[in-house]
Amino acid sequence: MNYLGKDVELKVVGTRPIRPDGVEKVNGRASFGADVAVSGMIHAKVVRSPHAHARIKSIDTSKAEAVKGVQAVITGADLPDIPSEEAFVGEGPANFREMSHNVIARDKVLYDGHAVAAVAANTAAIAEEAARLVEVEYEVLPHVISVEEAMADGAPVLHEDMFTQGVDPKPTKASNIAKRVEFKLGDSNAAFAKADVIVERQYTTQPVHQAYIEPHACVVSYNPDGQAQIWCSSQGQFMVRAFCAKLLGMDIASIRVMPMEIGGGFGGKTLVYLEPLALALSKKSGRPVKMVMSREEVFRGSGPTSGGTINVKIGATKNGRIVAAECETILQAGAFPGSPVGPACMTAFACYDLADVTAFGYDVVSNRPKVAAYRAPGAPISTFAVESAVDELAQKLGMDPAEFRLINAAKNETKAAYGPTLKDIGYVETLEATVASEHYKSDLGEAPKGKRRGRGVASGFWFNIGGESSGATYVNEDGTVSVVSGNPDIGGSRASMGMMAAEVLGIDVSRVRTTVGDTASVGYSFLTGGSRVTFATGMAVTQSAEEVRDDMCRRAALIWEIDAEAVEWRDGAAHPAGENAGKFDPLSLSDIAAKSGRTGGPISAKCSINAQGAGPGYATHICDVEVDEETGHVAVLRYTAIQDVGKAIHPAYVEGQMQGGAVQGIGWALNEEYIYNKDGGLDNPGFLDYRVPVASDLPMIETQLIEVPNPRHPFGAKGVGEVPIVPPMAAVANAISSATGVRMPNLPMSPPRMRAALDAAKG
Amino acid sequence: MAKIHVTTKINGEDAEFLCEPQQTMLDVLRDELSLTGSKEGCGSGDCGACSILVDGRLVCSCLMFGAEAAGTEIMTIEGMSDGDTLHPLQQKFLEHAALQCGFCTPGVLVASKALLDANPNPTEEQARYWLAGNLCRCTGYDKIIEAVMDAAAEMRGE
Amino acid sequence: MASVNVSNQMCRPYVGDAEVLKLEVDTVRALIKELERRFPGLGPQVEESMAVAIDGVIVQDTYLEPIGPDSEVFLIPKIAGG
Repeated sequence: MNYLGKDVELKVVGTRPIRPDGVEKVNGRASFGADVAVSGMIHAKVVRSPHAHARIKSIDTSKAEAVKGVQAVITGADLPDIPSEEAFVGEGPANFREMSHNVIARDKVLYDGHAVAAVAANTAAIAEEAARLVEVEYEVLPHVISVEEAMADGAPVLHEDMFTQGVDPKPTKASNIAKRVEFKLGDSNAAFAKADVIVERQYTTQPVHQAYIEPHACVVSYNPDGQAQIWCSSQGQFMVRAFCAKLLGMDIASIRVMPMEIGGGFGGKTLVYLEPLALALSKKSGRPVKMVMSREEVFRGSGPTSGGTINVKIGATKNGRIVAAECETILQAGAFPGSPVGPACMTAFACYDLADVTAFGYDVVSNRPKVAAYRAPGAPISTFAVESAVDELAQKLGMDPAEFRLINAAKNETKAAYGPTLKDIGYVETLEATVASEHYKSDLGEAPKGKRRGRGVASGFWFNIGGESSGATYVNEDGTVSVVSGNPDIGGSRASMGMMAAEVLGIDVSRVRTTVGDTASVGYSFLTGGSRVTFATGMAVTQSAEEVRDDMCRRAALIWEIDAEAVEWRDGAAHPAGENAGKFDPLSLSDIAAKSGRTGGPISAKCSINAQGAGPGYATHICDVEVDEETGHVAVLRYTAIQDVGKAIHPAYVEGQMQGGAVQGIGWALNEEYIYNKDGGLDNPGFLDYRVPVASDLPMIETQLIEVPNPRHPFGAKGVGEVPIVPPMAAVANAISSATGVRMPNLPMSPPRMRAALDAAKG
Repeated sequence: MAKIHVTTKINGEDAEFLCEPQQTMLDVLRDELSLTGSKEGCGSGDCGACSILVDGRLVCSCLMFGAEAAGTEIMTIEGMSDGDTLHPLQQKFLEHAALQCGFCTPGVLVASKALLDANPNPTEEQARYWLAGNLCRCTGYDKIIEAVMDAAAEMRGE
Repeated sequence: MASVNVSNQMCRPYVGDAEVLKLEVDTVRALIKELERRFPGLGPQVEESMAVAIDGVIVQDTYLEPIGPDSEVFLIPKIAGG
């Protein structure tokens, strides 16, 4: 779809109306997965492995089944065997056999928290009691957690059929390295000879969880005729349908998924954990089954993102031009392959114009939960390392970090480090806005005694995607409009859909109500993720609204008995145009809707597309910190996020994405990590000890929206949700370096680590 | 063990229910009384999504037994509006887009009401520290604080 | 003739050392067919696991996107998100 243009006067797009689903979110009536109750519903609990790596020798469910009130018990034997199959359904290539084995273990458990059985009973309390009576005999095996341990010679192997892909010659011995990836331009190795200054360092990050406040929850009702209904919290109702169908061996049409409101996802709800188990239990018990994860289960049993080790080497001339860059990223995949090492490599240098660059990496399995997507998967990890190194390089050259980036910035027509030529991007604009910002020019102020202040800057990039999307627009009998979106709303997209339709139809946004359709009520839509909904589903909704508008013009022509071409749509009504101008009073939506039957039938249009041409996003963040030399505590004093957003359809929601993503990045930088004990068990599966940012940790997060429109979207929209999490870790680390002179290459930069680093620097 | 019969007052109305001894107040609200506005985010009192007021005091309902409600006055998110008039906090949250997924919102609103009941003129820092027990993963807290400060000003008549 | 860059490591097992090919193809579908014709096995690899950047704009999962006579085409792994 073509961009309407900068000079078109927009009346709705770009304003800040109250979201259509807002009131029920503030009065407690909004229905999330765990709020659903259906007739005859029973409750289920999962039995989980306490071991990081073990062979399952036997499972005895007899005692559990004997408990009064227990309706069904399942183990891995209750799900069908699936031959190894690759299919790009959902986020990333999905191996359904591995997915099934992750949902419930077969002969081996691969992480502390791996599901081995599930019990459905009349109450949750009975289910829990019976779950404790399931007897599993384990043969405990040695385990590995970090990538170093997993890659070491002689490390216990998780999958006997894993031979590293992407290396030549193909290995004959099984290992924990699932694959090697590489992206290359020119010859970085040779090009280092041209550098006057080189920075070479190793960085490490720990696994972090998306930490959505709403645990996974679903209600599943399987009927004896083989049809099922699923109410669940997820980022994609069609994904849940497809994955459940595959894992349970059912037809897709036999499953209907109702997407409930979702309490945060950030990529962590782009796959299934409970739904296939609930389906199997519902089938076995003959009752609808409700399953909700506890917070501990969320940490132990659902996918966080990878931790990793990154080695970076960057060289520049004394004039500040980067001449060579290399980055090796080794990421933890968890129990099954699939870390975001590919995107980590592709995004590592995407902010820069480089002729000689190599980014390569390894996907390594270890005894932790299988990783799931987390907001710009992979990019925050490699970018933390690269942006820290870039900052160090600028420091060594005595150059301002923003100016240094400007000298090397990717622009339109730059060949990206991952290959294609970049177009319609706004990275330079974010740097210029940084330099011009009041924040960047402001004085840091005097730090109190015992504390040090510093300022850091970092940039980031994310591709954003388009993909298959469906939407529909209906004109109701009274002229109000109903819009149906195929995508769960995780960031305010419902409001934006309605706004785009209102803009096209020339009516007030309060006359448009947007809902999210279930799998039987709207066309297929690829899940909500990849920052694609406002772009792709917005395009589908806009097109359906345009079809409806054009249809109403035709009906007006019919009513007036003039040519259809002689009608134009303006200000929410059809007006006779050309030589008929002024001959008839305009016809509004309600006028035309009142005659819908007589003019051809109900007024509606649906649109299913495969949206292409998403525009990538760039951001630069500025962070001021104050480091307490005694406690090692790092306080964020001031934070500004500057991002090219294409076009902000609803600016408040765009700001919200930037602020939320920045704060997740700050948490990743300063406190969040998984802590494992020597048995490979997770020691901090709760919010007390897995420390996410709280309100008192933070200042206001200032935002600046830069709009370099995407010409392939009618309103110029680019994805905005993922970019904001990419710069913060380096922005904070660079600010700490500026404050203390100490580089922090290992995350998180928690108080004990900061204090230890300060002590070490003193000598 | 037999269930416990509890009489209490919820959102200004007399209420009674039966509960198991080990059922938390959160379980009772959600499973016995169909008041699903209060949410379980952690079950251990760390996230604040289950926040309610008990005799005016801010409490995590997941840390309270249902039986403890006997003889108290409980306010949940469902009791925040006055008929069909939203509380100024609720209205400001909508105007400032202080919610994205909305899951933490009921708890944050109840906690914010408790803040303004105790201190009608908080500073930004006081508001942030008061709300430190309510985790939000979507908003970064910025617009939440803006909304709370704006609602406080409106309620003071400014 | 469009310039098609096949230097990505995912293409290596099929194309060997080849980096840039000059191909007469006017859609992504035509590109996939031509690549399969020259390097058996590469067609399904591109179709299922890769994205195509045409003059800088990334497209994936589509046969229909046009490729111009002077287009620069780049094959990269499929992109997802979170």
